[in-house]
Amino acid sequence: MSRDMSREEKTARSELAHLVKVFLRHRLGVVGLVMLSCFVLAAVFAPVVAPYDPLEMDLLNPFAPPGSPGHLLGTDNYGRDILSRLIHGSRISLLIGIVAVTIAAVLGSCLGLLAGYYGGWVDALVMRLVEVFYAFPFLILVIGVMAVLGPSIYNVMIVLGVVSWPLYARLVRAQVMALKSEDFVKAATAMGLSDARIMFRHILPNVLTPVIVSATLGIPGAILSSAALGFLGFGVQPPWPEWGAMVSEAKDFMLIDSNMIIWPGMCVFLVVLSFNFVGDAVRDALDPRLAKQLH
Amino acid sequence: MVGVSRQGQAGARAPARAHVQPDTRAQAEAAVQARTQAAVEVRKPAPLLVVKDLVKHYPVTQGILRRRQVASVRAVDGISFEVYQGETLGLVGESGCGKSTTGRVLMRLEEPTSGKVWFDGTDWFSLSQRELRARRREMQIVFQDPFSSLNPRMTVGQILGEPMYMHGIARGAELQRRIEHLLEVVGLDRSHGRRYPHEFSGGQRQRIGVARALALNPKLIILDEPVSALDVSVQAQVINLLTDLQREFGLTYVFIAHDLAVVRHISDRVAVMYLGKIVEMADKTSLYSNPLHPYTEALLSAVPIPNPRGRAERRRIILEGDVPSPVAPPSGCRFHTRCPLARDVCKKETPPMVDVGGGHLCACWVRADV
Repeated sequence: MSRDMSREEKTARSELAHLVKVFLRHRLGVVGLVMLSCFVLAAVFAPVVAPYDPLEMDLLNPFAPPGSPGHLLGTDNYGRDILSRLIHGSRISLLIGIVAVTIAAVLGSCLGLLAGYYGGWVDALVMRLVEVFYAFPFLILVIGVMAVLGPSIYNVMIVLGVVSWPLYARLVRAQVMALKSEDFVKAATAMGLSDARIMFRHILPNVLTPVIVSATLGIPGAILSSAALGFLGFGVQPPWPEWGAMVSEAKDFMLIDSNMIIWPGMCVFLVVLSFNFVGDAVRDALDPRLAKQLH
Repeated sequence: MVGVSRQGQAGARAPARAHVQPDTRAQAEAAVQARTQAAVEVRKPAPLLVVKDLVKHYPVTQGILRRRQVASVRAVDGISFEVYQGETLGLVGESGCGKSTTGRVLMRLEEPTSGKVWFDGTDWFSLSQRELRARRREMQIVFQDPFSSLNPRMTVGQILGEPMYMHGIARGAELQRRIEHLLEVVGLDRSHGRRYPHEFSGGQRQRIGVARALALNPKLIILDEPVSALDVSVQAQVINLLTDLQREFGLTYVFIAHDLAVVRHISDRVAVMYLGKIVEMADKTSLYSNPLHPYTEALLSAVPIPNPRGRAERRRIILEGDVPSPVAPPSGCRFHTRCPLARDVCKKETPPMVDVGGGHLCACWVRADV
């Protein structure tokens, strides 16, 4: 029996090892993961890593070029250290990306689950709502809601989350409808289990893989949108070092000092790119067809 | 009860034999007597499941803005039968004849269009969803496909434990003990509970499916083509397991299948379905040795015989054409379009189910005329 246990542990471990193996085959995925790890580490240890307080102004030393003593990436128009601001900004951007997508994925999955499982008028209601959300131009909708709620970092997360749920609802609904005709779901019904138990214990775990994949691929979108909001002045407000807001501030000095606008733009680009690489690799690792081929 | 129906079958066959050998008339008379007795006795025990005029139609809709029902697929179109405690009723027919639909409607996985079902004395279709949920444990189902019938994200232990836990049958250590017991009952190892379904073969998975059906200690198990997806050697193992379990726990089965050889092996009585209707129903020996309905005859003549000598003696009946669409089934007897014996009356009027003796029911104007 103990031998059996060890064998089972081994299969569980080998499955994980297999996932890691498939992931590591994806070269761009590894590159993305390394880049992303840098950003995450910077975000987590921001106060330790950043050489300066991101809000501390040094009015005697504005527009310092990159590589000037004490300021690796130079300073902005108020003499604030750009590197420190970028490091603190990674906290805000990553947090917004992850929280917004989590809100969207949870909300969308639940509504999609209900729509797919019950069908009928519940399905009609949810799907019409999805269509309404899709019919609105995304950014206009976000700006509209932000204008009502008022700009703040939390409102950005909530709004981006609430606005992007339809994608997940559609995804989950389609999966649920396919799974509903599987015999194991019918068996669960035949055993007299409650609807909630069937939905969350039997169906949801089986639709989670595509949700995780699109969530990973959705994070860069949310980060871009928050940057866009910041740029337009509806997102995180100055002096907070959100990347989009930094680009927005920098655009006024673009012709005097391009240094200020390049770095935050570069950060957005790199984070989005690394998330996309990682998302692709995760999708490949979780794809059972691909996994089987490599077995 | 099973023994009684066997007696009845002997009675039904006897007249035919008497015709060939006149000197055994006394025997035949005794058999006729036995038959009438059997007919009386068969009615005695209250059936576990009574199905009366069960109908399941699926709507065919058309139109985009306003959906209108333009027709209906008559999957099950008024069938009646009874299942007695401890017996196995085989339900056979071609694919699309409505046998699986019958199973699903009996399980109330789908709601019937009309008809009545009494299960263990309860008006089964009048139960509310809430009442039904608590009583579902009494009737369980085993599905055809052993790959889609088990949740891939749950361990076998969780699959077997969940129904018992949710119905408050057992918890904790007792639950664990019952799971291990179930695994052993169906011939698996008790340590298999920690594995996932994908680690098992088709036959083993079907055993898990059977164990899950047994977990709630049901009175009736509907076996929806439980061996059709398995290799022949594995089929035999699962069939033997099912018969052993039936003996051990006094189970009642409704066995749905298209394989007549398998049905013959496991059933006590057999009902033959064609296009949503039962055309013939009798105990196994009577049906297989003396099929009355021309459709049953054709089906039986299509069963491959392993012994080449037996093959020569048999007359093959090859049916013309395809099964008509259940959207627009033929008038009168549904089989008349393909029946070699069809007469005018068959096209006009639906033949009633007639008891030709010994509980052998047949719906045919030619073979079972009143």
